[in-house]
Amino acid sequence: MKKTALYDEHLDLDAKMIDFGGWQMPVQYSSIIEEHKAVRNKAGLFDVSHMGEILISGKQALELVQKLITNDASNLTKGEVLYTPMCYKEGGIVDDLLVYRTDVDKYLLVVNASNTTKDLRWIKKNAELFDEAEVEDKSDYYALIALQGPISREIIQPLLHDDISNVKYYNFIDTEIKGVDAIVSRTGYTGELGFEIYLKKDEASKVWKALIDEGKDKGLKPAGLGSRDTLRLEKALCLYGNDIDESTNPLEANLSWTVKFVKDEFNGKKELEKVKEDGVERKLVGFIMQERGIPRHGYDIKIDDEVVGEVTSGSYSPTLDENIGLAYVNINKASVDTELDICIRKREVKARIVDTPFI
Amino acid sequence: MNIPNDLFYTENHEWISVDGKEAVVGITEHAQEELGDIVFVELPSVEEELDQFEEFGVIESVKAVSDVFMPVSGIIVEVNEDLMDKPELINEDSYGSGWLIKVEVEDKEELEELMDSTDYEAFIEEE
Repeated sequence: MKKTALYDEHLDLDAKMIDFGGWQMPVQYSSIIEEHKAVRNKAGLFDVSHMGEILISGKQALELVQKLITNDASNLTKGEVLYTPMCYKEGGIVDDLLVYRTDVDKYLLVVNASNTTKDLRWIKKNAELFDEAEVEDKSDYYALIALQGPISREIIQPLLHDDISNVKYYNFIDTEIKGVDAIVSRTGYTGELGFEIYLKKDEASKVWKALIDEGKDKGLKPAGLGSRDTLRLEKALCLYGNDIDESTNPLEANLSWTVKFVKDEFNGKKELEKVKEDGVERKLVGFIMQERGIPRHGYDIKIDDEVVGEVTSGSYSPTLDENIGLAYVNINKASVDTELDICIRKREVKARIVDTPFI
Repeated sequence: MNIPNDLFYTENHEWISVDGKEAVVGITEHAQEELGDIVFVELPSVEEELDQFEEFGVIESVKAVSDVFMPVSGIIVEVNEDLMDKPELINEDSYGSGWLIKVEVEDKEELEELMDSTDYEAFIEEE
């Protein structure tokens, strides 16, 4: 099992560790609910070093990136970040990822931990068509720390060499944090103000400790994968493997805004154009339970005894104090306020479709 | 770790306290710690009759769904209604206000199949 550069820090903080995609990761330190609330109200510090980083460089780097992703990276300038799905030719999603334009001919792709090997294989296969595009796995080089929450800016600023106040959402700077070279981007997976810090592995502990020291009296807490999941769910952000995968396409997953049909060519374009023309058969919706019960991944959804969908994510929502979920539902049953029966063990429990994000 | 010595324990981390014919059942401090924040509890109906080691309910934390099993055979005489609105009582006081059910015990000899506190302590250390 793989360990991140911050493994010892987690043990020092008494974290409960779990296996996540082959990595030993902290699921919680004190309590998922407490950590969740810390991020919503103050700030939380996450180790997300298990994420993969793949560098695409060379004169044809942009061409390769454009072929791989459904979103459009052609207008991306140095210092900007783009969220995008990456699809197979059939339109299914290989992964969802961030593209960082780090230099003129350099794009850093940040991918899901459990998909890194698969993505690398897929990207290299596509790269065969481009003589002047190089693909390099940088996952072992970087550690990644996410600082998230309304007070994250005041915690990070004193440690930075540069002013962060003008860095906009989905932008990044090359700077120094605690004297260590780092990419600091205004991105995250919680829906709060926040920053993600990419740095060399052996410097990670130093920066992690400095952030904890800077923030602990202000309300910062270390936060694990448990709260990362409940935080992203309240904002209806897709989780690969739960809400999207190879059998789902971006259009039914409410990611139409990331599919740019104006682009000349990209993997899945033809299939997705056809889906768009015919209309999607099902749609990812958010729902709130109306009776007692917690929806979980894989539970069937019925209306009048007929299966009309399936839960993809579900949890107790600490912010709402309600039980919430995401589900694929047949398109003719997917409108807001539709009543659903969620099949929880032997019971059918009422839920109602709502607008997302939940908060 | 708090493991009271006047209780019996199962390998699935339930405890049972027996007083005459009546027994109280809950989950151990170790179990609630492993589960984390408990946010949902499903319990049987009163008068339901269940066998030893049969499932009697479900406890859900934010991350996990976990079944709970009868330490002994018996009839449910009471369930902890407070847990419907306050499932966190199990985290706060797993041997006290976080109890789950009260049971009328049919056969006290079944207790011999359970662990005492010393055995249970060794059991969770091994696990």
